[in-house]
Amino acid sequence: MANSHQLKRVDFIFRNENDWERVLSNTIKKKPQELINELISSELKGRGGAGFPTGLKWKLTSEAPDGQKYVICNADEGEPGTFKDREILSKVPYKVLTAMAVCGYVAGANQGYIYLRGEYKFLKPELEKAIDEFEYYCKEINLDFKITIFMGSGAYICGEETALMESMEGKRGEPRNKPPFPSQAGYLGKPTVINNVETLVHTFTIFKYGSKKFYDLGVQYSRGTKLFSVSGDTPKPGIYELELGMSLQDFVYEFGDGDTKAVQVGGASGFLVPRKKFKDAAIGFKGKLTGISLPTGGSMMLFNSSRSMFNVLDNYLEFFREESCGQCTPCRVGCQQLLLGIKAVKRGDKPASYLEKLLRLTETMQYTAKCGLGQSVANSFSSIVENFREEMIY
Amino acid sequence: MSKKINLTINGFPVEIETGKTILEAAEKQGIKIPTLCYHKDLCVAGNCRVCVVEVAGQKRLSAACATPCEEGMEILTNSLKVRNSRKHIIELLLTEHNADCTKCYRNGNCELQTLASEYKIMTQDFIELVPLKKYSIDAYSPSIMKDDSKCIRCQRCVRTCAELQGVNALTVAHKGDEMKITTFFEKHMRDVVCTNCGQCVNHCPTGALVEKNYIEEVWEAIADPKKHVVVQTAPAVRVGLGEELGLQAGSRVTGQMVAALKRLGFDSVLDTDFTADLTIMEEGTELLTRLKKALVDKDDSVELPMATSCSPGWIKYIEHMYPEHLGNLSTCKSPQQMFGALVKTYYAKARNLEPDSIVSVSIMPCTAKKFEAFRPEMYDSGYRDVDYVLTTRELAILIKQAGLDFDKLQPVKFDRLMGESSGAAVIFGATGGVMEAALRTAYEIVTGREVPFENLNITPVRGMEGIREATIKIEDPVEDWAFLDGVELKCAVAHGLINAKTVMDEVKSGKADYHFIEFMACPGGCLGGGGQPIPTNPEIRQKRAEAIYAEDGALSIRKSHENPEVLKLYKDFLKKPLGEVSHHLLHTKYTKRERY
Repeated sequence: MANSHQLKRVDFIFRNENDWERVLSNTIKKKPQELINELISSELKGRGGAGFPTGLKWKLTSEAPDGQKYVICNADEGEPGTFKDREILSKVPYKVLTAMAVCGYVAGANQGYIYLRGEYKFLKPELEKAIDEFEYYCKEINLDFKITIFMGSGAYICGEETALMESMEGKRGEPRNKPPFPSQAGYLGKPTVINNVETLVHTFTIFKYGSKKFYDLGVQYSRGTKLFSVSGDTPKPGIYELELGMSLQDFVYEFGDGDTKAVQVGGASGFLVPRKKFKDAAIGFKGKLTGISLPTGGSMMLFNSSRSMFNVLDNYLEFFREESCGQCTPCRVGCQQLLLGIKAVKRGDKPASYLEKLLRLTETMQYTAKCGLGQSVANSFSSIVENFREEMIY
Repeated sequence: MSKKINLTINGFPVEIETGKTILEAAEKQGIKIPTLCYHKDLCVAGNCRVCVVEVAGQKRLSAACATPCEEGMEILTNSLKVRNSRKHIIELLLTEHNADCTKCYRNGNCELQTLASEYKIMTQDFIELVPLKKYSIDAYSPSIMKDDSKCIRCQRCVRTCAELQGVNALTVAHKGDEMKITTFFEKHMRDVVCTNCGQCVNHCPTGALVEKNYIEEVWEAIADPKKHVVVQTAPAVRVGLGEELGLQAGSRVTGQMVAALKRLGFDSVLDTDFTADLTIMEEGTELLTRLKKALVDKDDSVELPMATSCSPGWIKYIEHMYPEHLGNLSTCKSPQQMFGALVKTYYAKARNLEPDSIVSVSIMPCTAKKFEAFRPEMYDSGYRDVDYVLTTRELAILIKQAGLDFDKLQPVKFDRLMGESSGAAVIFGATGGVMEAALRTAYEIVTGREVPFENLNITPVRGMEGIREATIKIEDPVEDWAFLDGVELKCAVAHGLINAKTVMDEVKSGKADYHFIEFMACPGGCLGGGGQPIPTNPEIRQKRAEAIYAEDGALSIRKSHENPEVLKLYKDFLKKPLGEVSHHLLHTKYTKRERY
């Protein structure tokens, strides 16, 4: 693998943030266009999962007609196996706040929101203290920017950016039709930049050290570093900042327990990679073997040979069946059918060939579901069923 | 001039204005893309996903209803990928749906059934989910039945209740596999703030929301030789019924409808129009009396503006939402209930019948009328004034069951005694009609002259705009009404409860200086009622409205106060508007209801 290289631990994200005031005041001395160019040349892509180029996102919102605009930090970290944003918000909150303010400056927004996962309520008091201090400093340097925390209520779907905005507007958290995208019509119908917590922190790094420092890390299409939430059958679960582009083989050498059977990359909505494909799978936005980008915020779940892949899939599907918002047919009914379907095959009520019918159904879900949730159920389903077909049947 | 863009659909070039959706572009090309959650009355939801189409260069399919056209798009509406996906989606919907079609009220007029038939879904490979769900049926409302097992979660009802009516009785609850359409705290529909307007029923693509039907009860009454079964038909029914029986929208079928009702075996086929005219006499007099009290007697307790009270959906709405304004309502009963009260008194006496032998049936474009007939206030004849209320759709069912070839029936006139109608009564069926009818009469009473509009057509109050206003200046009145000289009578018309809400908020805040307001619960007025044929949409409402006004124009009597039967009724029975008998039989009171 040309793109693959040795695992490299990096420390940008949790590095000292004491200089945030200086970073903020220096950054906003530059022109918005300069900052956008800086971001674009860093090739930073969204760390929430979808991998949309961050610079472009900011650019689109900054180009939207003047008027009320918003910056939202998506801290509704709900993907199973992901716990990095919690760590960021508790360890380096000022970096997030600084990045939001810079984003507001670039996009022309004077109001920011942090959409905080309901289960992270315990972070709120500390975060509010930080916001107080931060806003005080903004006032000192004459930067008009306010940040408000909005508490989520525990629905996974509200991590989807448009469902998140619906939820903020006091409505039921259901994804919207796109277009229009948030950069044109987001929160309250106003142009909105919405970034994942980690993405924002990377912009802090870029503004502090320059885009080159970031760009030089990682590989083509996947620049910079990424936080990984490592869990499952590993002797050292935790959060690690790694350079993008590593092979899964190297990852498993570092984090596996010597008996790793498969790794679920990207949480329940990501892909399962079996042992035989470790060395070909690169972790980045154009991983060759998985064929598809690393889908979410860096959840890495390791499974050893004691694990039943049927149970793993069963668990994911139960999660999706419950967490689908229920509005669109392919996702709402599809998830129920997939879950009941694999159980029926396992029990022998349906023939093994029923799995093929279910695979075709996941294809339809991928093509037709309204949002990323329904579209990505196919990822774990097909990668598990295709690689561990035997475990599904017997 | 909006800019045009070019694209292709199935290889054929299409030119269309910017901002149009793929669905609209395809429609323009004569290509029908199947839809379920889409309805022309409502905002786009894009949740059923059956309208997906392929856009060249995109892996994912796009919902045609929710995707705007873009320059150079190459769209395929019937590729294999599209067909397979669509079929999957229909199959999925069918696993959740109680597809016991032969036992369904909407059998034959169900959008899901039609789609399943078009796509020839003959087998069910996926797992049947219906037996696994705890679906329930809510049959406690006198107007509406809700069967969750038939629901496809398209949320048309939810959007209808929110966007058209502003009532929000129906909402989405829970998520994932448990997601359902329900009410506040999942109470029965009769126990929540529901106006029974039936717009949800009219917008439901399947049998999940249907009217509570009284078809068998009516057949039994007809078959009972001891019963004298009287039927009244509302103005809007005659311009809607044809649609249910295979005719074009906007067909005027008054004569055939009467002929059909006679053949069904009703003993007397009468017209709600008669009491619509009567309503104008009573309500017009009430308005003038209130104006006199306010302007001459300077009585501060008089509540103005006066609001119409013909629409039972509106009545229940104001009882829930603006109970402090119940005094603004005209005390007049709706034409249906005036008719009911008279049938078992005036009519019984004239025809020498025992009131308890009379079964009073009404055909209404409305589901709220079913509830209205149940109200405890509606027993003024000493009996239940109206026994059974059928919708336009139920009447069509009776006609089909009786095997009548509707189109071939020779038109017949209504029976006499409570069967005469003026054009003013017919237009009660359209938004603005009650206002127009009232003005035709009130203006003439006050000035002795006809309303100053060509051919009596008071066009400012007509149309489909949600809220309309009109001012008529009274000049040179007759002696009794001299105090109105120079007064500008300010009127407003609102239809659809969302518009009623806007007007009522103005009334509540004291900003509105109207004298008289017509409120209709349903968009378009009764012609767009919850009991009218399905589908009802903006174009169909427009056609029905044109039919209503044509019906008015074709009648020789155009003013309520010239209806000879109404004059005879006053002479023989009521004596005078707002008199003692009227007060007892034709007027009512309203009840404050909770908001939760």
